[in-house]
Amino acid sequence: MRFMVLVKANKDSEAGVLPDEKILTAMGKFNEELVKAGVMLAGEGLQPSSKGARVRFDGNKKTVIDGPFAETKELVAGFWLWQVKSRQEAIEWLKRAPFQEGEVEIRQVFETADFAESDPTGEIRKQEDELRKKMESQQRR
Amino acid sequence: MTSSAAHRQIEAIFRIESAKVIAAVARMVRDVGLAEEVAQDALVAALERWPESGVPDNPGAWLTATAKHRAIDLLRRGQKLERKQEEVGQEMDARWAAAAPDLETALDENVGDDLLRLVLIACHPVLSTEARVALTLRLLGSLTTDEIARAFLVPEPTIAQRIVRAKRTLAEKRVPFEVPRGPGLAERLASVLEVLYLIFNEGYSATAGEDWVRPGLCEDALRLGRVLAELVPPEREVHGLVALLEIQASRLRARIGPSGEPVLLLDQDRARWDQILIRRGLAALERAAALGGEPGSYFLQASIAACHARARTAGETDWPRIAALYELLTRIAPSPVVELNRAVAFGMAFGPAAGLELVSDVTAAEHAGRKANEGIQYDENDIHVVDDQKQAGLGAYQEQRDRAQERQKGAQNVEPGGRPVVGQEGEQGCTHRRDDQDRPYHQRAGVGHGRSPRNRSSA
Repeated sequence: MRFMVLVKANKDSEAGVLPDEKILTAMGKFNEELVKAGVMLAGEGLQPSSKGARVRFDGNKKTVIDGPFAETKELVAGFWLWQVKSRQEAIEWLKRAPFQEGEVEIRQVFETADFAESDPTGEIRKQEDELRKKMESQQRR
Repeated sequence: MTSSAAHRQIEAIFRIESAKVIAAVARMVRDVGLAEEVAQDALVAALERWPESGVPDNPGAWLTATAKHRAIDLLRRGQKLERKQEEVGQEMDARWAAAAPDLETALDENVGDDLLRLVLIACHPVLSTEARVALTLRLLGSLTTDEIARAFLVPEPTIAQRIVRAKRTLAEKRVPFEVPRGPGLAERLASVLEVLYLIFNEGYSATAGEDWVRPGLCEDALRLGRVLAELVPPEREVHGLVALLEIQASRLRARIGPSGEPVLLLDQDRARWDQILIRRGLAALERAAALGGEPGSYFLQASIAACHARARTAGETDWPRIAALYELLTRIAPSPVVELNRAVAFGMAFGPAAGLELVSDVTAAEHAGRKANEGIQYDENDIHVVDDQKQAGLGAYQEQRDRAQERQKGAQNVEPGGRPVVGQEGEQGCTHRRDDQDRPYHQRAGVGHGRSPRNRSSA
């Protein structure tokens, strides 16, 4: 199963200040361990929210809001995508990460089997497929 | 923390650490069976102590030290002393003394080599293929015998016995715990790659069924492949295999239709392909290509899979390139299935006549002719393009699985004709029907290219 690990922003990350060399080295070593264990599928650090934007949806109305955004602790500053055997394993890996403060969140990624459970007869998939076919034939016309 | 939560935590830690613990102890005692035993003892000790004392700062070092102490105890107590003392007694004491002051550093430095030795010995050619598969999942994949048994749909005691026998064979044959040099290494690695490939295939061919446990084998194989790619010296085929598995795995969600029926490659909704795995696969392929040297069979198969992965629509597939790659593959790994695929690819690239020209085998001609005439009926086989020996190995697993499935399903799952359903053919048409079993493996309807007419619902 896969987990996304969401690293939250802090003052420094929002100010665009890069972590010092010691932390970068420790993080590099941790990433290397993840790769060697076959756990790491992907991972990226994100630029401050001042370089981002939001689009707010309200019925048909779409409003663009430029960053930065205020609620620093709720912002995402980076992520990993991990492949592990269990949630507990993801937790144990995360405990080994070289963070000194803040909270890091683990979220499980949906897999095909999860959809199969909520769609035991395959009826929803079937409808979607038919809809897709219809759209395709319309586009051709 | 409740005791069951503590146990789950300790078991998760053990899963992360166990291969490294076994590998480190095996280097010391030169006995994989004993190493695995004492690693289990260390787990038991952790389950007893950690809930009270808390998890130590470096749980891996704690488990390894505990396992080593236990091994020394066992050896000293003489249970295995006579057999082993001369071999390892003094050396072990010296190593232990040397390692003790700075155990962590010693562990870090050696862990890669130890793991490589462990994977090589688990896949040693003195063992049968099925023993290698079980031992690899047990020692490197940290699966329990129960998990392996469920994945392969065989009774748990069968797997337990298989592992016990494998360990005994390694001890009896005095297989050294080492990394051979030069051509010896390439040969041993080939055996490892074959095992990972078989594990992956076992999961891959199962995904068209109802059982969602076994596709976990694809993940296990991929993870072990990724681990191996970091362990070994630059070796093209290792990255080639990883590339192949990543790209094949990227299609797992797309190859089953709404009612569980297999969807052939060219009919798949490419939006459902996993782009992360495709990117990883293409990166592994680049890594393999950069290493240079003669392209091996996995590298070529991965290159073919990559052609499909790069095409945004089935119509954009680079068939001339695929045909050229199959041409190379026929030279280094010829088999009826490869020949047939080459013919199909030539047919797709240069018209049906070009494909037919290449087909000499009468049966093959029949299939390919039909396929070429149908135009877009090509059915990618690159995961199953293997030599006959590998297919025989795969066939043996599938037969076992089919029998087990029949036992499990009993009378519930019977077709109107009264015949038990023994599995559905996947995109690769890998599983087969019971009435095929008397024929040579590669001629069975389900192998490689073939789909029997009544299984064409997805076309």
